[in-house]
Amino acid sequence: MALVARPVSRAGLGLLALVPLGFLVVFFAWPVLAILKRGFVGNGVLTALAQGETWRLAWFTVAQAAGSTAIAVVGGMPLAFVLARVRLPGVGLMRTLVLVPFVLPTVVVGLAFRALWPDGGVLSIVLANAFFNVAVVARTVAGLWSHLDSRAEDAARALGASRWRAFRSVTLPALLPAITSAAAVVFLFCATSFGVVLVLGGARLRTLETEIYLRTENLLDLTGAAALSLVQIAAVLAALLLGAAARRRREIALKLRARGETARKPVKGEWWVVAAAIAVVGLLLTPIVALLIRSVSTEDGWSLAGYRALSSTGNAGTLQISGWGSAVNSLITATDATVLALVIGVSAAVLVVTLRRAPGRVPHGLAETMDAALMLPLGVSAVTVGFGYLVTLDALPGDLRTSPLLVPLAQALVIIPLIVRMVLPVLRSIDDRLRQAAATLGSGPLRVWREIDVPLAIRSVVAAAGFGYVVALGEFGATSFLARPQTPTLPVAIASLIGRPGQLNNQMAYAACALLMLVTAAAVVVIDRFGSGRVGEF
Amino acid sequence: MRGKWSAAVVLGLTAALTTGCTLVGGGSDDSAASTVTLVTHDSWAAPQQVLDAFQQQTGIKIDVIKKGDAGALTNSLVLTKANPIGDVAYGVDSTFASRALGEGVFDSYTSPEADRGPQRYAVDSEHRLSAVDLGDVCLNVDTNWFAQKGIPAPTGYDDLTDPQYKDLLVVENPATSSPGLAFLLGTIAKYGEQGWQGYWQKLKDNGVKSDSGWEEAYSQDFSGSSGNGPRPIVVSYASSPAAEIGADGKPRTKALLDTCYRQVEYAGVLAGTKQPDKAHKVIDFLLSQQFQATVADNMYVYPARQGVDLPKGWAEAAPLPQSSASLPGDQVQAGRERWIGQWRSLLGQ
Repeated sequence: MALVARPVSRAGLGLLALVPLGFLVVFFAWPVLAILKRGFVGNGVLTALAQGETWRLAWFTVAQAAGSTAIAVVGGMPLAFVLARVRLPGVGLMRTLVLVPFVLPTVVVGLAFRALWPDGGVLSIVLANAFFNVAVVARTVAGLWSHLDSRAEDAARALGASRWRAFRSVTLPALLPAITSAAAVVFLFCATSFGVVLVLGGARLRTLETEIYLRTENLLDLTGAAALSLVQIAAVLAALLLGAAARRRREIALKLRARGETARKPVKGEWWVVAAAIAVVGLLLTPIVALLIRSVSTEDGWSLAGYRALSSTGNAGTLQISGWGSAVNSLITATDATVLALVIGVSAAVLVVTLRRAPGRVPHGLAETMDAALMLPLGVSAVTVGFGYLVTLDALPGDLRTSPLLVPLAQALVIIPLIVRMVLPVLRSIDDRLRQAAATLGSGPLRVWREIDVPLAIRSVVAAAGFGYVVALGEFGATSFLARPQTPTLPVAIASLIGRPGQLNNQMAYAACALLMLVTAAAVVVIDRFGSGRVGEF
Repeated sequence: MRGKWSAAVVLGLTAALTTGCTLVGGGSDDSAASTVTLVTHDSWAAPQQVLDAFQQQTGIKIDVIKKGDAGALTNSLVLTKANPIGDVAYGVDSTFASRALGEGVFDSYTSPEADRGPQRYAVDSEHRLSAVDLGDVCLNVDTNWFAQKGIPAPTGYDDLTDPQYKDLLVVENPATSSPGLAFLLGTIAKYGEQGWQGYWQKLKDNGVKSDSGWEEAYSQDFSGSSGNGPRPIVVSYASSPAAEIGADGKPRTKALLDTCYRQVEYAGVLAGTKQPDKAHKVIDFLLSQQFQATVADNMYVYPARQGVDLPKGWAEAAPLPQSSASLPGDQVQAGRERWIGQWRSLLGQ
């Protein structure tokens, strides 16, 4: 090509790589490898790998995650359409409501699903996991959809294509990068879901994740856990590479437009899609309403005692601080985690894009490998990372093993992959010709970024931050292992309340869930506003 | 990455994190000198004023770190024994004590308070663990349910195999739940290593249901709690009825005191602590009258110290079981994984 933007220097690339890679090496790869290494004594790992049981677990893990992902995509698409293309009263409320399930502690959702559907078995696990993740699909896809130029679709309609045909052959291909991105994230969340499987699987249904937990936490069988972790990582990597391959073939430069131009009142057949979306929201609200009812019911009728007790420290000091105090802690921790994850996630996304734009000067496939590696933290058990911290982090100055700083660090680890997944497609779909034009006019690489990439990508960054924030608010696995009793987050407080006998504790637990949902909804509204209401990339 | 590289990355990152971050809670050195770190389990709860009073008396601030349940706590201590994450640990129970002792996690210390009752539960001739409290796992029954149905409530293990109690019992999976494991150990103590599987086969034939965790079993499947579930017999704690006292002041549930398995929770000084004297003071505090008086209300367990009054209502609703079973720690240590495996295949779980 004659018109190549002036290349970023190798030193610049190195500096850019240092932040995300350094963080992932220190706070992910090193602890995980250290704990796995302790399991490799003798040939126990090989023995465990040779057991049929291991592979049955792997098969069930992948199968239930695939099922949940499929349902989340099917349920999320009509919602995505409504959020992106429909102008009706209540759509804004829907945007917020859809995200609320995401933060509920898995044990609570598990209990709600058991109450609504005793002995649901595999199907209830699949549905509960989908319940958590519909939001990921809806908001990720809507983000891209609301910026798609609808003129291509209109042209197809003018040429006589039916509405469905135009969607299938014009819109759907353009949406695929967002759909596969969302599906990859959902798959990882479901493959490593712990609480849902434990509560709904009774003692019969087990996944790699639940078994790794048991082997590590209760039995300290690090050898068995290491073998299962290897299988888990292999399965996750395979799924990621499949996803990456699917994405690579489909990425096209899209014409992005402002959202306002694409939303309108639905016509004819589109009402069916709106009806489907409303049905999905209704289904999502069912367990939530059940939770709210639990929070105000007692043996002797309705009562707000749970809510009143929340402003104290509960029944005989269950909590060290009040429910409101936990809510404040949750907000502070999530803010720290999100800021940290943004710095690292955005620099990682920029790095991957830059590598792809610099063919010939970096080894082939490096960008794709990096892209997949960045997703790995979602596919590794929180308990593996938690115990890994215990055996490694004392080697760093300041012994971080018991530092309150670990909670936002561990949460950031979960959020970084999400931020990468949301920012990367947008960065990639920016038309390179714009950049080349700018370069031709004499802009250096940094100037090109500032003038072209940043304005186009900033919305997706804000949106990804919002999504990350919600994930951090609801994160329980790593947080419960690292949080300090002086500063519990709401999900941790809920878990300790629900683990005690007595009506008041139970009511308080559900009241705390209501508080968590309220805090989340408020945070989502603020972030959506901050993104000027037209963003909603997540 | 080459060696130099990774070292540089680690150094650079740590420097950035420790200098630039507002979150690091490390105070100045003089305050760190009077802080003792207590590593404990998720159920830890203590009134702040009692901790503050201790700080007033001794100048020692107790910094609490929770590490999951008793099993996760023990394993965290084992993994970090070369460089412990605290000075004192509380919450290793009789089920896990032998693992912790075998791994050399604790140092010897005999508290002057130990002869006030805790010595009765000593597990170790070297006095590395001091008993703090007892958490007895027993069957709980919904007394109203049985009264309404006109069936006598069961009283012991053998009753549960009686056809009139078919489909009424819910237990927890011993692989995933500590009360579930305690109940399994109770049946092994009762029927022996040869006989327990025969007993569980009868329970299975009589429709026993097993859940992953105490929350599902107690707050959802059990009829006597706020969940109003379908089953009136559940595996829970001797103390649970104290939390189920109705508006009329009467307990709605009852623990069957002939089906209890005793789990003692211990505290000990972590080997390698840099401040053994202060750690000893914290152990003394955990065994003291002031702290022992709080454990029942805050953690639903019974004080190990003699002469500590139980809260109002416990005498009737949740008296301390007098004839609890327990198995020797090394027998549990040796058998646990095998028994859980056998239980799983027996129950088809």
